[in-house]
Amino acid sequence: MVPLSYYLVLSGILFACGVTGFLVKRNIITIFMSIELMLNGVNLSFVAFAAHWHALSGQVFVFFVMVVAAAEAAVGLAIIISVFRTRQTLNVDRVNLLKL
Amino acid sequence: MTPNFYLWMIPLLPLAGAAINGLLGKRFSRQTVSAVALTFCIAAFGWALFVVSKFSGLVLPHVETLAPWLRAGNFQVDFAFQLDQLSLVMLLIVTGVGSLIHIYSVGYMWEEGGFYRFFSYLNLFMFFMLTLILASNYLLMFIGWEGVGLASYLLIGFFFVKDSAASAGKKAFIVNRIGDFGLLIALFLLIKHFGTLNFVPLFQNIASMPVETASAGLLTTIGLLLMVGACGKSAQIPLYVWLPDAMEGPTPVSALIHAATMVTAGVYMVARSHTIFERAPMALTVIAIIGCLTALFAATIGVTQTDIKKVLAYSTISQLGYMFIACGVAAFSAGIFHLMTHAFFKGLLFLAAGSVIHAVGGEQDMRKMGGLRKKIPYTFWTMTAGTFAIAGIPGLAGFFSKDEILWRAYQASWAYWAIGLFTAFLTSFYMFRLWFMTFFGEYKGEPESRAQGHDSHGHDTQVHEGHGHSGVHESPMVMVLPLILLAILSVVGGYVGVPGSLGGQNHFDKFLGPVFRSTAPALNAHHEQPGETAPPEQTTEGHEPEAGHGTEIIFTGISVSAGFLGLFLAWLLYVNKPQLPQRIAASLGSFYHAVLNKYYVDEIYATLFVKPLIDGSTSILWHGVDQGVIDASVNSTADGAREVSDSLRHMQSGNLRSYAGWIAAGAAAVIAYMIWMGTR
Repeated sequence: MVPLSYYLVLSGILFACGVTGFLVKRNIITIFMSIELMLNGVNLSFVAFAAHWHALSGQVFVFFVMVVAAAEAAVGLAIIISVFRTRQTLNVDRVNLLKL
Repeated sequence: MTPNFYLWMIPLLPLAGAAINGLLGKRFSRQTVSAVALTFCIAAFGWALFVVSKFSGLVLPHVETLAPWLRAGNFQVDFAFQLDQLSLVMLLIVTGVGSLIHIYSVGYMWEEGGFYRFFSYLNLFMFFMLTLILASNYLLMFIGWEGVGLASYLLIGFFFVKDSAASAGKKAFIVNRIGDFGLLIALFLLIKHFGTLNFVPLFQNIASMPVETASAGLLTTIGLLLMVGACGKSAQIPLYVWLPDAMEGPTPVSALIHAATMVTAGVYMVARSHTIFERAPMALTVIAIIGCLTALFAATIGVTQTDIKKVLAYSTISQLGYMFIACGVAAFSAGIFHLMTHAFFKGLLFLAAGSVIHAVGGEQDMRKMGGLRKKIPYTFWTMTAGTFAIAGIPGLAGFFSKDEILWRAYQASWAYWAIGLFTAFLTSFYMFRLWFMTFFGEYKGEPESRAQGHDSHGHDTQVHEGHGHSGVHESPMVMVLPLILLAILSVVGGYVGVPGSLGGQNHFDKFLGPVFRSTAPALNAHHEQPGETAPPEQTTEGHEPEAGHGTEIIFTGISVSAGFLGLFLAWLLYVNKPQLPQRIAASLGSFYHAVLNKYYVDEIYATLFVKPLIDGSTSILWHGVDQGVIDASVNSTADGAREVSDSLRHMQSGNLRSYAGWIAAGAAAVIAYMIWMGTR
């Protein structure tokens, strides 16, 4: 039996990797993947807790998160294509018109 | 079961007139406006007469409560009206003289703009004045008191496009505020110490208090504060300065408000509060001294004025001083008697002066009049009646009332009497000066006077140019009729108060007696043991020793000869030797100039009070408090918000990764906080 803390540490590492990638990377696709990494890091802690406490609500939450992530991926990819069409780049530092 | 007269209808009728004319009058024709105003005013007079007809069988004071107003704990003030001899006399004066002046105004104001506005204000004034005199508690009286001030302000500033009229209205209002301040504090003291403002229980309470002879106590304080209020409203030193300026208003206004009714409100209030004053001899003495000073002071100024309305204005101040002397020597009924006769003859004089001004096309300077006797005979004869009445020529109204005051003043102190006598001489002198300058000699105005005068009557002359009429013309009948009626009253009005020394009964004094005697203290009570109850019948009023009649007749003779001396001197200086006044003025030099310039009182007040107030308000309140504190704090709040947001807006860089960084930092901070909270 693997202890709960292992899962949580792994989940934390995954989330931290996601955050780091989100902050460091400039390519929108990579940032998008980082977001997915963060979501899955959280999912991992949800199922770990659900298994530990024998409660189904954690697993149900994971399904919700996955549905939202799928929807988000669809919308996000559409936005990315649209951005690329108008600006011919995927570098977020160039996408900075929304400011004062 | 006491009868109900619906006394509240009397003030409410003019209010209805004011409301109708004020709200709808703009669309009415002049005929309709005057019909509405006159109907409601004369209806009030009719109601007053109805009350008089039922008066004899009444239990006095007759109080009618219309509706409760303020109820707070034991303190209670109602919309209640009180009828007794004093308010009845005032009621008749105000509605009667007021109605006559309304009639006169129809003719006088016919050509003026704002006709409906004028009558609306006049009716409004009547409402407040009637509230003032019928109120059965100090608070309702105070409403009327403030309301007549408002109406006075509106009417003085009636020709509001003229700067002088607008500022005269403001001056009247502001100077009156000073007096009202004193009155209001007196009311607060009454509430604090007696818990009621209703006349009947209040005076019953006070009647059981001792006379404050040795030291000034509560009643003296209240009395002096009430006096400050009366000084403001009745134009006494030091608050008289507004009344001469108030002559900027139309002449009927001067007659109604600044001669016959409103300015006498102070005297009425002192008479109404006689129970307080009788127990505060010090306050009474102050009133008498102020009355003396004012009477003398204003009379000397009146001698030098050349504006016909200014002479009458100073004369009014002087006569009000007489009434104050009367109140000051506790001869309240004599004061009210003079108030009544003064309402007749001074109302008449103002209206006649208005008729003169009307006749000569708006000119108010007496030096440009003269010889009008033949041209405006009605005005001449009525004004003659008024002049003789105010000068104290025997047989006319002013003689009886003034004589009564002088005699009562002499009983108190010879100094009051001497000043009063000299003032009587001056009164007679300046009134006959006015009379001679206006009606006798040669006409000195321009033959076709086109001068746009104060009341803009210049257009009248244009009407008459067509048929070779000289500018001077008699006023229309609607103006002459009130003059005649008032002249009759000025002649016979004194016979209700013929003193005992002249074989009369002094009905007036007897009629008012119950008001003033019921609560009068025994003035010699303090000689006896304190606490010993004085017999209520022992009074100050009307207790003349029978042997005094001979002395009284001698004094009457002296005051009559003072009146005739004034007549003779005026004749000598202004008819017989018209060049003499200039020489006298020149020989008096600086003193004459001081009097001509009204003793520079306005200038002194301007330097002492107005200018420091304006400077202080400008530098401290405006620039210091308003701009420095209030505006500055509001502005610096806005500036601070802008500066903070100026620095914060750089966070909105548009750089997606910096947003993400902020979110991550924020989340990290929240998580760190929660961990710290959890491990604590």
